[in-house]
Amino acid sequence: MNDSILPARPLPESTVDSLPYWNGLREHRLRLQQCAACGKVRHYPRPLCAECYASEITWIEALGEGVVHSWTVAHHAFHPAFKADLPYVLVTVDLPQGVRMLAPLRGPASALRIGLAVRLIFEDVSPELTLPAFVIA
Amino acid sequence: MSLHRQGIISGVGETAYSKHSGKSVLALHLEASLAAIADAGLTPKDIDGVIPYTGMGVVAEDFITNFGLRDLRFSATTPLGGASPVAAVQCALMAVASGVCRHVLIPIARNGASGGRVSARLREMPQFRGIAEFELPVGAFAPAQIYAPMARRHMALYGTTSQQLAAVAVSTREHAILNGKGMMTTPLMLADHQVSRLIADPFRLFDCSLESDGGAAVIVSQAQCARDLRAPPIEILGIAEGHPDSPSALTQRPDLIEIGLDKAAPHAFAMAGVSRDEIDVAEIYDCFTYVVIRQLEALGFCGLGEGGPYVESGALRLNGQLPTNTHGGLLSQAHMVGMNHIVELVRQLRGTAGRAQVANARIGLVTGYGDMGDGSVAILARA
Repeated sequence: MNDSILPARPLPESTVDSLPYWNGLREHRLRLQQCAACGKVRHYPRPLCAECYASEITWIEALGEGVVHSWTVAHHAFHPAFKADLPYVLVTVDLPQGVRMLAPLRGPASALRIGLAVRLIFEDVSPELTLPAFVIA
Repeated sequence: MSLHRQGIISGVGETAYSKHSGKSVLALHLEASLAAIADAGLTPKDIDGVIPYTGMGVVAEDFITNFGLRDLRFSATTPLGGASPVAAVQCALMAVASGVCRHVLIPIARNGASGGRVSARLREMPQFRGIAEFELPVGAFAPAQIYAPMARRHMALYGTTSQQLAAVAVSTREHAILNGKGMMTTPLMLADHQVSRLIADPFRLFDCSLESDGGAAVIVSQAQCARDLRAPPIEILGIAEGHPDSPSALTQRPDLIEIGLDKAAPHAFAMAGVSRDEIDVAEIYDCFTYVVIRQLEALGFCGLGEGGPYVESGALRLNGQLPTNTHGGLLSQAHMVGMNHIVELVRQLRGTAGRAQVANARIGLVTGYGDMGDGSVAILARA
């Protein structure tokens, strides 16, 4: 880790399996893998369906509307890039497709409860990278 | 065949625990190993198997080189994070029960306080690939941040409170002071816990384990070697490891609060043939206070969701229903990835645990927990 004045954010390193997901975020679309054989939706992107072992997939587009499954509020920066954001809320969100997403909640921690309805937003970090976040629906 | 009573823990050893060892990680490994070997009444050349911890930069070859081993017959690793040491005991037990080895060394050492932090290596660890790609960029990657939503959901579903988390920290600190080897040497009150700074809600500073320098080691030997050894043999009655669903991405786990120990515990108790009531002392992996509570449920000492009231009742104290973490654990003795938990249980069952000795401890239990919820458990007994 270097000592530059603005510590670099850790960037995702995409794989051949996940590239369409990251490309989708950059276009402000949430794409999820769906097994082309049995229809099971899976996340995070990976090469095989754990239900039927098929490798063929379809990328489906999700609205990103979900409910809070659990959460934490980060008060300590374990990486210097996040120090300026403290405290920040992280929510684990149930999507109706049966998978979950973990992303920051841009909203008050006082509102947090299981089942809180949230909606995905897209935050452009750079021309190359867009990260997911949630707001209260 | 079953591994029930197919081997013994013959020796245990530790270095001093500190914030700055001033020694190399390899030197700490060798020091702890020599202590365990001497404790067993063996010499280094008796060791014919070694299971080093993955990720500390020390490999089986280091023991061949430094101990001059001429006939190492077995080496392996058990990469389950904090569940590794107890899982390594199972692995060693298979090696001695099958006759491949007579004496297997299981060492660990680290400069966890003065050296590099575990979180810095996340990207290099394939079991955290999903977290590194999808969660680290949005600010979730430290164990405290990854486990906090498990605790938060447990609190929301079952009413578990921060005061109940504190009860674990408080009794563990009492034991560390009695044990005398701990890094933490002053009493911790409930109020101290409640005003300690938040790290990752609901975890406060005193819900989190220490970062430590030091080393610890245990030796698993063939059961028939027992009479030749110096220390009273400690038998392995039951042992198992368990892996949760979606082990690498906790987020995607069907039940967020499920852990590997939920699967392993019934196997270990069935193999041991003992009931929960027969456990005199327990050493429960305590990277975070909440993790102790959830494991007590998984082990069946209380029901799902009842872990908070159970620990609040004083059950974990030395005079309680289930004296737990009698050495001070990772929270107040040192973070030796749970090898120190095995060392302590062996001492308890030998009756040499000093001021934190549980009277007439005959049967005890030790767990490991790590890598996003992998679990391991061993039930040991004085022979």
